[in-house]
Amino acid sequence: MANGTISKPENRLGIVGWFYAGSFSFERYAYILHRITGLGILLYFLLHIFGSSARISGQSSWESLMHFLGKPIFVAGEYLVFIAFCFHAMNGIRLILGELGFSIGKPGRPVYPYRISLNRQRPLLVVFMIIAVIFILLGGYDFFIAGH
Amino acid sequence: MADQKEQETSVFTEEVIKEVIFRVHRFSPDDGKPPRMQDYKVPVKRGMTVLDGLHYIRDNLDSTLSYRFSCRMAICGSCGMFINNLPRLACKTQILELEADTIEVKPLPNYEVIKDLVPDLSDFFEKHRSVMPYLIREEEEEKIDPPTNEFLQTPDELERFLQFAYCTKCGLCLAGCPTVATDKVFLGPMALAQAFRYNSDTRDQGFEKRLELLCVPEGPWRCHFAGSCSEVCPKGVDPALGVQLLKGQIVFTKLGLKKPHKIAPLATEKPEAKRRPGIPEAPPRTVKKE
Repeated sequence: MANGTISKPENRLGIVGWFYAGSFSFERYAYILHRITGLGILLYFLLHIFGSSARISGQSSWESLMHFLGKPIFVAGEYLVFIAFCFHAMNGIRLILGELGFSIGKPGRPVYPYRISLNRQRPLLVVFMIIAVIFILLGGYDFFIAGH
Repeated sequence: MADQKEQETSVFTEEVIKEVIFRVHRFSPDDGKPPRMQDYKVPVKRGMTVLDGLHYIRDNLDSTLSYRFSCRMAICGSCGMFINNLPRLACKTQILELEADTIEVKPLPNYEVIKDLVPDLSDFFEKHRSVMPYLIREEEEEKIDPPTNEFLQTPDELERFLQFAYCTKCGLCLAGCPTVATDKVFLGPMALAQAFRYNSDTRDQGFEKRLELLCVPEGPWRCHFAGSCSEVCPKGVDPALGVQLLKGQIVFTKLGLKKPHKIAPLATEKPEAKRRPGIPEAPPRTVKKE
């Protein structure tokens, strides 16, 4: 700054770039959801280990914790983790299939209008999202209706 | 017929259709001011691109504006910019197609800014260089550098990588990539697709050498197939396809489920070329051979 110059702005989109970077297809938002649900499941795993560790303090402390965690807000929270799990698992299978070369097509001459791998794998995305929604609905029935 | 003639003539009209505001990113390392946006009024005629709009500003309103361009026909890949929140080539983006009264023009994100709309592409080219984007052969170097003859490759073998050879290195894919948005060291779609391009070329024998460079945390496994790189690619190269195929290529080869490709041999005889009838001889050289 002494000589009147300032350093080059980095101009990196950062985490904002995960959420908004223009109008992209659903796969971009599946990417973001995959990351967020992955972090959510990891956080739940840590809380689960912490909660399960109450078992070593004896049966009474375990039962009081279970009673505390039986409140509707925790049940709803657990259902959110279940939703995250369903999405993450189904989207994960789609990604593995794509990464192994299935559903994305083969290289060809780029002829306008361009048809890209993202368009080719979209039916697979739709199928896996429908399966995820079915699991989420079945889970909801078990969490809130059959389980009570 | 009359309608068609009217349409044809209207394409070349010089009539100003509307006036739009160009909101342009300004930054100069020398003036000590932080980056800012500056508005310019630009009269728009049919067929004008964003690059034409920037030329208008530079020629008529502000000669200090800096931006990159060269061919003006989406071939060189120089004029990549962040236009109305999407990475695009300024020369390939029609102002009227944006259907906006304000056009925001910023430098490509995920690159440092040198000045105004000029991104610093040094990292981008460094990543490209790092995947050894050239033919590697096991033969003695004197046979291929300089080349003594051509390699024999079938049209089918060419099709396996040709799409990725159309890359113009415009840098739009890294600007659109959400992983690059938070991860500076990720190799990015262009370099990874180019690694696949050379790995799949039957003239190349560098797969094992490139594998050492690719099996790193910042390699292809950090891509989670958002596909934004392919959506913004102006040439239909589909780098996301290249990155996914690269992952499969690595997995299947390492598991022994896929054999390395056949190696294109060096032709032993010079191909005979005959001049087609009616084609005149080339004019004499204007520069003498040394």
